Amino acid sequence: MATNTTHGSWPGERALRGRWVTGRIAPVSSASDSTHRAIDAVWRIEAARLIAGLARLVRDIGQAEELAQDALVAALEQWPQTGVPDNPGAWLMSVAKRRAIDQIRRRERFERKQEEIGRDLETRRDPSEDEFDAVLDSAEGNISDDLLRLVFTACHPVLSTEARVALTLRVLGGLTTTEIARAFLVPESTVAQRIVRAKKTLTKAGVEFDAPVGDELAARLPSVLEVIYLVFNEGYSATAGDDWMRPALCEDALRLGRILAELVPNEPEAHGLVALMEIQASRSRARTGPGGVPILLLEQDRARWDYLLIHRGLRALERATRLGGARGPYALQAALAACHGRARTAEETDWALIAALYRELATVLPSPVVELNRAVAVSMAYGPAAGLELVDALADEPSLKSYHLLPSVRGDLLVKLGRRREAIAEFERAAALTANEPERALLLDRAASCAEVSAAG
Amino acid sequence: MRFIAMVHADERSEAGEMPTEEELAAMGAFNEELVKAGVMLAGEGLHPSSRGARIVHSADKTTVIDGPFAETKELIAGFWILQAKSYEEALEWLKRAPQPAQGEFVIELRKVFEAEDFGEAFTPELQEQEARIRAQAEKNA
Repeated sequence: MATNTTHGSWPGERALRGRWVTGRIAPVSSASDSTHRAIDAVWRIEAARLIAGLARLVRDIGQAEELAQDALVAALEQWPQTGVPDNPGAWLMSVAKRRAIDQIRRRERFERKQEEIGRDLETRRDPSEDEFDAVLDSAEGNISDDLLRLVFTACHPVLSTEARVALTLRVLGGLTTTEIARAFLVPESTVAQRIVRAKKTLTKAGVEFDAPVGDELAARLPSVLEVIYLVFNEGYSATAGDDWMRPALCEDALRLGRILAELVPNEPEAHGLVALMEIQASRSRARTGPGGVPILLLEQDRARWDYLLIHRGLRALERATRLGGARGPYALQAALAACHGRARTAEETDWALIAALYRELATVLPSPVVELNRAVAVSMAYGPAAGLELVDALADEPSLKSYHLLPSVRGDLLVKLGRRREAIAEFERAAALTANEPERALLLDRAASCAEVSAAG
Repeated sequence: MRFIAMVHADERSEAGEMPTEEELAAMGAFNEELVKAGVMLAGEGLHPSSRGARIVHSADKTTVIDGPFAETKELIAGFWILQAKSYEEALEWLKRAPQPAQGEFVIELRKVFEAEDFGEAFTPELQEQEARIRAQAEKNA
């Protein structure tokens, strides 16, 4: 995606708009475009560390994020004249720290006036930058710990999933409100509101800027993983809009996943999730044909798969396995994806292993959809009759009542068994259930070709 | 977006000299930073060109020219593959690479081709997509 500085997709836009409504900052000229793009890049790199470090000082991620935004505004004002400093991260942090100290001083002065206490003014010391530095350098932790606190605060259970997603992308991913809004196809104001509300909720609930440890970390990790996988899936199989995929969002999710996996390197499921996303993302290029038509896994041109990502995925899966997490839900899904990733041709696919992995997945993540997938794998490994038996066992499953893939899979197996007349009805039922236009056409096509063969026979 | 950052060779790398302990430590710390930020997809160092070859294809024949090759500074001694949000971000990362104790450390940054880079033929589709996204956002308002 091209960064267009005149259409409000750079990070300081919102901050500037909020403060200089009348336009004290001149419209971005093309001469300063390159500086703005450089500031954009610095922000992308530094935002999370900046916010995390500040949050440790002020113990509030909302306030920390605002201070970081203030520093960004200062950069947008000064860097076009001075150029980007050698250590931009330190520059931003130092500006933000000064703002934090000013705020604290103002607040204290105000409180003192309110209380009309003047006599100890001389003896009371203002917080100094040195003291802040001491907090930052203290044994309380390093930047990784701060980032971990940031992750768990942004994904705190008091927040709705939507709020967690928006806040995580904003503070950890360094995405602008505009970028988040575009990614989820909602108006910018909706995202802005979600973030404001999320910050308020955290403050109101008295959520400490902290990361859980031990068992509690393990217990809260799934909610973090869920947020990241949700972002990935929104990019990989967009639920909203007409685009089959939004690769930039997949990349954002992958990046968040990789960051998280390094923050909690001993948590197998974090590596499992990364493995799953890397391997799924490896197929991005092969998943659509001309005109954006979806191409199913077994029909994809494997030469178009991204073997660097497959390799990274397999390595992440090994890490999860070494940590004893081979049976985690994400690791199992990654192992399933890996079965396809390892097969050089569709015919080489190890369907027996896939069927066995689905059986395991069904025990840790029981779901009729997993069971349906298992049926497909079983049919590939042991023949259509064995698969049909499993599919028929799902016939009365209420959650699959309007799931078009149930009749679609059943129709497919019936065709393989030569029961074409029955298959027609299944394909037609599936076509009636799907909301996806290309898919409906495909299913009706299959029904029609069954009818032809039946008539001919 | 994906980028390749190619480290240029120098006399030492071409002579097959290993980096010093300090250099390795500095590079290790930089790589760790890249990995922790989720931007480094791969990175490797290369043997000198004396252990490599050039394979030259022409219309009627294929020739193999064994190294070493003369133009040391034009040769490659290593590379990173990075994933970044923009060209500027990749550039900003590489500006943070360790500085050499002596001489020059030259890194060449290049963007890897992606679907949207393939010429103007792609543009109408992208514009259409842009329009769809905007329309959808309004619909969801």
